Amino acid sequence: MAKENFPLIFERSKEGRSGHNLPALDVPEVNLEEELDDAYIRKIDAELPEVDELELMRHYTGLSNRNFGILSGFYPLGSCTMKYNPVINEDVARLPGFSHIHPYQDTKTIQGALELMYDLQVHLEEITGMQEITLQPAAGSQGEWTALMIFKAFHEANGESHRNEVIVPDSAHGTNPASAAVAGFKVVEVKSNEKGLVDVEDLRRVVNENTAALMLTNPNTLGLFETEILEMSEIIHEAGGKMYYDGANLNAIMGYARPGDMGFDAVHLNLHKTFTGPHGGGGPGSGPIGVTEELAPFLPKPVVREKDGMYDFDYDLPQSIGMVKGYYGNFGINVRAYTYIRTMGAEGLKKVSEYAVLNANYIMRSLEEKYELPFTQHCKHEFVISGNKQKAQGVRTLDIAKRLMDFDIHPPTVYFPLIVGEALMIEPTETESKETLDHFIKSMIQIADEAENNPEIVQKAPYETDVKRLDETRASRKPVLSFQKQIEKEA
Amino acid sequence: MEFRYLPMTETDKKEMLDKIGISSTEELFSDIPKEVRLDRELNLKKPASEYELKKELTEMASKNANLTEYRSFLGAGVYDHFIPSVVDHVISRQEFYTSYTPYQPEMTQGELQAMFEFQTMISEITGMPIVNSSLYDGGTAVVEAVYLSVVQTKKKKILVSAALHPEYRQLVYTASKGKGLEIVEIGHKDGQTDLEQLEKELDEDTASVIVQYPNFLGQIEPLEKINELIKKQPKTMFIVSSNPLSLGYLTPPSEFGADIVVGDTQVFGIPAQLGGPHCGYFATTQKLMRKVPGRFVGETVDEEGERGFVLALQTREQHIRREKATSNITSNQALNAVASSAAMSALGKHGVKDMAKLNMQKARYTKKQLEEVNLPAAFSGSFFNEFVVKLSKPVSEVNEKLFEKGFVGGFDLGRTYPELENHMLIATTEIRSKEEIDAFVKEMGDING
Repeated sequence: MAKENFPLIFERSKEGRSGHNLPALDVPEVNLEEELDDAYIRKIDAELPEVDELELMRHYTGLSNRNFGILSGFYPLGSCTMKYNPVINEDVARLPGFSHIHPYQDTKTIQGALELMYDLQVHLEEITGMQEITLQPAAGSQGEWTALMIFKAFHEANGESHRNEVIVPDSAHGTNPASAAVAGFKVVEVKSNEKGLVDVEDLRRVVNENTAALMLTNPNTLGLFETEILEMSEIIHEAGGKMYYDGANLNAIMGYARPGDMGFDAVHLNLHKTFTGPHGGGGPGSGPIGVTEELAPFLPKPVVREKDGMYDFDYDLPQSIGMVKGYYGNFGINVRAYTYIRTMGAEGLKKVSEYAVLNANYIMRSLEEKYELPFTQHCKHEFVISGNKQKAQGVRTLDIAKRLMDFDIHPPTVYFPLIVGEALMIEPTETESKETLDHFIKSMIQIADEAENNPEIVQKAPYETDVKRLDETRASRKPVLSFQKQIEKEA
Repeated sequence: MEFRYLPMTETDKKEMLDKIGISSTEELFSDIPKEVRLDRELNLKKPASEYELKKELTEMASKNANLTEYRSFLGAGVYDHFIPSVVDHVISRQEFYTSYTPYQPEMTQGELQAMFEFQTMISEITGMPIVNSSLYDGGTAVVEAVYLSVVQTKKKKILVSAALHPEYRQLVYTASKGKGLEIVEIGHKDGQTDLEQLEKELDEDTASVIVQYPNFLGQIEPLEKINELIKKQPKTMFIVSSNPLSLGYLTPPSEFGADIVVGDTQVFGIPAQLGGPHCGYFATTQKLMRKVPGRFVGETVDEEGERGFVLALQTREQHIRREKATSNITSNQALNAVASSAAMSALGKHGVKDMAKLNMQKARYTKKQLEEVNLPAAFSGSFFNEFVVKLSKPVSEVNEKLFEKGFVGGFDLGRTYPELENHMLIATTEIRSKEEIDAFVKEMGDING
């Protein structure tokens, strides 16, 4: 039997209702229509919904009930670090002294905010082993682009503006090549070897006098540590290139190793991943970058400086690449990250990585009988299995993902990295208990058994969700991107 | 030390190590070469207890003069508006704030539908048919619009109005270095984009013209005339950065031939928070749909024919197209888009218009009262909720005195416009009462007298 559609807020609207009461007009009214040129006075009102406050709250509560968050259940989404988002972070970020301050207030009146930014920078410098941090980039991909623009400016300053190639492994996140392209570089791919690591021989082959940089995630997207990292740094540096660290996987190594000690020249961090941002259903994030001393003059301006216990923005950076995001970055997210780092300290952050890695290995070893494990060495905070065995039984990785929903588990990342067929990328994080991991393992084993004995169960999943499988092709072939469009479609 | 986010017990640890077949977690890190292993503890501040940390951070926050305690007349792209209580209650739902991008639609219909509704609301406000599910903020949205115009027209010259937010202009300059673009700034005349200069610079190599409406100096730009000039070049695209609240009363840029309309929805339900996170929107025409950066949510049906929502047109995006993607953008500002949607829903059809009008009325009252104390507006054109006055002293000096009296004064235009030294950009929103405005005007008169 067909369920009723959950209404759109526009379908709840009724003329004459309202969910606000604005302050009354307490100044003498002027006739706006007389003052403004008639062409600039809007004639047709925007059709926004007309709902009372209860209806509005029911609507959004209903929507939230049709969504899955970290407090709903296990969320082992590889490469996304879906750890618990501490509630104290939310309280601190909402303190009026942090949430209701204007970016153009006199810096003397926002010393607490600047102190927080400065101290966060100091902490991130130590965690990454980099010389200087900017908190300006809004998210990881903007951090990548910012660092590449810094490399570009650096090479140009050295009279090497011919360096127009960025090397990216075939296992890299899609953002790496995309950011390189937006920064005006040509993307060159380097292959992975049979161990799932960068093929160093291939790296030697692709490096040349045009190499601007190598972009690398370490541990990589397969969750494997690039053991030949020092050799790779040497190859790139000898060729005159720069090393870029994609910080998406920093959760694996905090307190164990630092990108700065591996030879990286620039690093981005995803504060919404490693440092409990949270993810917000897709954002806002925060993607600070750290650089070495020689690259610091090129950082986006302004940077926060401390002098005699007073903090200020320094705009006097003649070699700066310029501003990359308005104001000073996603301060509200940075407050949350700072709160988290101060809760954990060095001891806590090292335990974070220890347990994140232990949890991942525990799941990996518990699943390797039932699922193909393409790379068998110990993993770091995440690992990739292949659904090839199940594919032969008629069950695709997509089916496995959908079936997991019936166990109240958010599916892992699927079909990534691209170098593993039918990939499932699993990252449990350190905040999940053994009982939760065991529930996941049991569910995965049950699904493997179903695939073997009764594949139809898996193929037709999910059964317990608000909607059945959705027709994604239709959504792209005949895009309906707003409610208004729907009316036109029916007309 | 206890860590309340880490559930691992010694028993758990032992059982898990046994399953893996190792005796210590150290073995799991043995693949990290010795030379790069950190042989000391990180030098960070000691872990703080929940009570101590909250106390310390509350004290740190209280060192900031916040806008709930001071009367603010500062805008310049970030505004102090009324935020309905519903907003924070909606975005405090963990299902919204802790979830990831809705790549698995069967279990994230709520987020997807909320984004679809956001797209619809922005489409209604801007009058543009195609809207994405948000970008970082208004400034980066301008940059993305520039990129799109360059791809679409295959031209590299960009004309930017000097009355576009100075930081947005800086972002365009920074971005231009990646793509090898030529940026030409069009000056302002009496606070509006200089149309003569625009006409002179506009040629067949021009990819796009960017103006702000209402502009950074508060003025309502003559979009009709600007559009007429642009249309003389058949390929050149018209990009308008617009405060969406103003469009509650002002004719939307879609009526004046805009190809792309961008801006920031901070005005709807998002606190200033030192400039971020806010929420960019990106609205355009049907023709450009497949070149838009970022995410779209589209309507579809499930296997049983029920309505549902999914991420649509993903083949434009970086995780599929890699270096050929329309943009490198990965995240959007989903949570803030939900906040703005909740605020727009609370205001509704009439509320948005009423709020826009209230802003205009209060700003006009402020302007009139300032005239009475010999601080007339510097520009003659119509404005929304901001206008410029010339002071008799440096703005920073005036602002320091205002601050002592509990006011956050306006933006110091001399910071970015050398020709506007001692000029203050003053914003008056719907929450400033007559009493507050009168008190502000009195101080302004005294200080500048």
